[in-house]
Amino acid sequence: MQAFEKVCSLNELVANSGVAALVKGRQIALFYLDDQVYALDNYDPAGKAYVLSRGMLGSLGEALVVASPLYKDHFNLQTGQCLEKPELSVEVFDAKIEDGNVWVSVE
Amino acid sequence: MKQRIVVIGNGMVGHSFIEKLVASPQGQDFEIHTFCEEPRLAYDRVYLSSYFSGKTAEDLSLVKPGFYEQNQIQVYLGDKAVSVDTDLKQVTSAKGKVVAYDQLIMATGSYPFVPPIKGNDRSGCLVYRTIEDLQAIQASAERGRVGVVVGGGLLGLEAAKALNDLGLETHVVEFAPRLMPVQLDDGGAALLKRKIEKLGVKVHCSKATTEIIDGENCLNKMVFADGEELETDIVLFSAGIRPRDDLAKEMGLELGPRGGIVIDNQCRTSIQDIFAIGECALHDGMIYGLVAPGYAMAQAVVDQLNDDSAEFTGADMSTKLKLMGVDVASIGDPHGTDENALCYVYENGPEEVYKKLVVSPDGKKLLGAVLVGDAEDYGNLLQLKLNDMELPDHPDSLILPSRDGEASSLFGPEALPETAQLCSCYDVSKGDVIQAVESGCCTMADIKSCTQAATGCGGCAQLVSNVLNHELSKRGHEVNTDICEHFAHTRQELFHICQVEEIKTFDELLHSHGKGHGCEICKQASGNIFASLWNSYALEKDKIPLQDTNDNYLGNMQKDGTYSVIPRVPGGEITPDKLIVLGEVAKEYKLYTKVNGGQRIVLFGAQMNDLPAIWQKLLDAGFESGQAYAKALRTVKSCVGSTWCRYGLDDSVTMAIDMENRYKGLRAPHKIKMGVSGCTRECAEAQAKDIGLISTESGWNLYVCGNGGMKPRHADLFATELTQEEVFRYVDRLLMFYIKTADRLQRTATWLDNLEGGLSYLQQVVIEDSLGIGDELESQMASIRESYQCDWQRAISQPEYRQRFRSFVNVDSPAPQLFVQERGQIRPATEQEKLDGIAVEIREIA
Repeated sequence: MQAFEKVCSLNELVANSGVAALVKGRQIALFYLDDQVYALDNYDPAGKAYVLSRGMLGSLGEALVVASPLYKDHFNLQTGQCLEKPELSVEVFDAKIEDGNVWVSVE
Repeated sequence: MKQRIVVIGNGMVGHSFIEKLVASPQGQDFEIHTFCEEPRLAYDRVYLSSYFSGKTAEDLSLVKPGFYEQNQIQVYLGDKAVSVDTDLKQVTSAKGKVVAYDQLIMATGSYPFVPPIKGNDRSGCLVYRTIEDLQAIQASAERGRVGVVVGGGLLGLEAAKALNDLGLETHVVEFAPRLMPVQLDDGGAALLKRKIEKLGVKVHCSKATTEIIDGENCLNKMVFADGEELETDIVLFSAGIRPRDDLAKEMGLELGPRGGIVIDNQCRTSIQDIFAIGECALHDGMIYGLVAPGYAMAQAVVDQLNDDSAEFTGADMSTKLKLMGVDVASIGDPHGTDENALCYVYENGPEEVYKKLVVSPDGKKLLGAVLVGDAEDYGNLLQLKLNDMELPDHPDSLILPSRDGEASSLFGPEALPETAQLCSCYDVSKGDVIQAVESGCCTMADIKSCTQAATGCGGCAQLVSNVLNHELSKRGHEVNTDICEHFAHTRQELFHICQVEEIKTFDELLHSHGKGHGCEICKQASGNIFASLWNSYALEKDKIPLQDTNDNYLGNMQKDGTYSVIPRVPGGEITPDKLIVLGEVAKEYKLYTKVNGGQRIVLFGAQMNDLPAIWQKLLDAGFESGQAYAKALRTVKSCVGSTWCRYGLDDSVTMAIDMENRYKGLRAPHKIKMGVSGCTRECAEAQAKDIGLISTESGWNLYVCGNGGMKPRHADLFATELTQEEVFRYVDRLLMFYIKTADRLQRTATWLDNLEGGLSYLQQVVIEDSLGIGDELESQMASIRESYQCDWQRAISQPEYRQRFRSFVNVDSPAPQLFVQERGQIRPATEQEKLDGIAVEIREIA
């Protein structure tokens, strides 16, 4: 059984964009896209700073991605994989919307 | 052992020869020496008159800085070659330098012909050839009021423009019954005369000057054969050129009966190992007074030195130019010397256009043409002539206007043979352009930098661009101008779609015209378009996803995720009180401070959650956002101007402040920078800006589309001697036109380089309002100006916006950031410093 933690109310998120949250001492990037919430580590391993939550969202081919605001590397919202640099990826976390709130599971 | 090549003369052709030789396959096998009598290296004599409309000697230079040094070319500057021993094969200079040669190139050019008129050496009697001549003209003009040019040919009219630009009452005196007697027929010359006289220049044809004597109201008086007289201060002789062959004569080179060094098809003179090129050379009884044939001769010699067979077999004297703003072109034989030749004439009185075709008796081949007032057909007609192409059934269709709105394309670029020369200034053929396309060029700017086509007189720009586009589409290159995978449109198309359909949100645009979820490219472009069109605000909920972080947080993100804060300091003028506030805010929030390149003070290292409080303090002190994070007007740099400076001609600071306040907040395809200098010393570097103003005695000179940065580009002189009102009108129109037509992230410099028709087209649109959109552009600019609001003020005015600046959505604490101290201020810690444990959090810094 996964332990989900309530992070915030859904209406604190802006559709098609991201915010940062602090969950269990970790900086998490939350993205709200197509009625779903995606949770990734907020640290951009290419730019080496906690900024992913402030990147722009979109799609490249089939993949839903966030573009890091620093050097515009794209990370897959579902897998965390960096599209330009295969050796880089960020951790992804399970996230869900329930009762109008956003829940994240950070193990 | 390198072959030593000595070039006598560093004019346009001599320099072109050296450039071509260095770039040739065996370029490294030559040791090059050149004598340059003038105190400066080769410069552009074709555009000499632009010296009086703002260009400097440096602007006119044809030599890329460092070119001679980098290629180890020995230049004897300000030293004239005075004798050549053709047996010992060595050159001796005025300063006593003796240089031996393997091959000698005579590129001694020409001198202005001064008719043998009594009094032609009086004070105020001048010629027009070198920059020193220009300086002499300028000095005389300061003392005088009236100027007369003797000679109504091509150069004479250029010279007349120069005198006119200097503010003199200007006259042109021509011996023949019409202007430009060689290139034009009576009809074309008559129209040209009318148009030039409208500009305030008085033209006197069929006038023979008999002598020049003391004037009564002016320095001089010209007396004509018909008994009339003309008082003038300056008499500027521009009655043709004569080859400079005095040195050649001493050397014993064969000269023509009326001068000129005789050359054969290889450009060889009568003595072995000596070539002659350019205006000093006489080929087949002809001295070529244009630069293109000189370049062709230079190329022929370079090819031979590379063991290639090459010939110069004469050159086409067709020419197209703008004389005092009037388009004039002449092709082949415009007079119909063949008495059986057929003529077609089109004359449009109200629009002041004259066109004439001279066609072979069978109607199949073009022999010559004259175009005055509208020379757009020049490129097409010239190709028909040069390539001996067959004419359409009704040759007059070539010059008749097409009224149905369809551009008349009687033959496409496909019809041209590969050998067709598109650019005569740099001898670029259709084949050269094709080769450039094959090596990856796909824009006009690429073609210009790769082949130099269209960078001389620019007359071929339209044609080159047609060939380019044709070649691209032929290669299935489908010239993909789609902005990204989500929209099959360019930025310009999206702009029009949004404007016409009044689309104000990205979702609407994506659903009606795109696919997928969009990306940072199309989203930012759309956000930028909405901002330009509707002045939409970045922090509106549906706009947040369309902006990069810089726009969303109204600051520039730095490498560690913190932001910089740059308040607007219009014109770089700031009161001590405001300076103190900046210092106090920086101290309170422990920000790193630095003066940036745009005369502003930047506060670095602001954490996201501190931004609203920092802005509040700055707003309270009367600051506003400097929009340094946006694709918008950044800064208007200025010198201190006439209020303090001993040399300032006008109040550049007030002008800069007015400009900055007028255009602040304007969103554009890319950032816009401006500069205002109070005099020609140009301390504000206005010529490196998108919009630059330089004060002159009689108003502001406006420069446009310059750029510093990665690929510097000098701004082009756009209009001269403007009032502030005119400046605003032109800049309003120009910027709005840029916003509407540029590609995403295209600075004004590349925009202009890719704009069909280039600078003169832009001048027509903005100054002459040729598209009839001037009022519309101005009113759009006005409505954007009226709805201006400070971004920071808006951001902190609503709790909903303010909320966006929390570091975390679920906790009220700042994100940890690590810094180290250097020279008494903070800077982001490096990865190593973080590992070494010497980085500290901001609260630990005293």
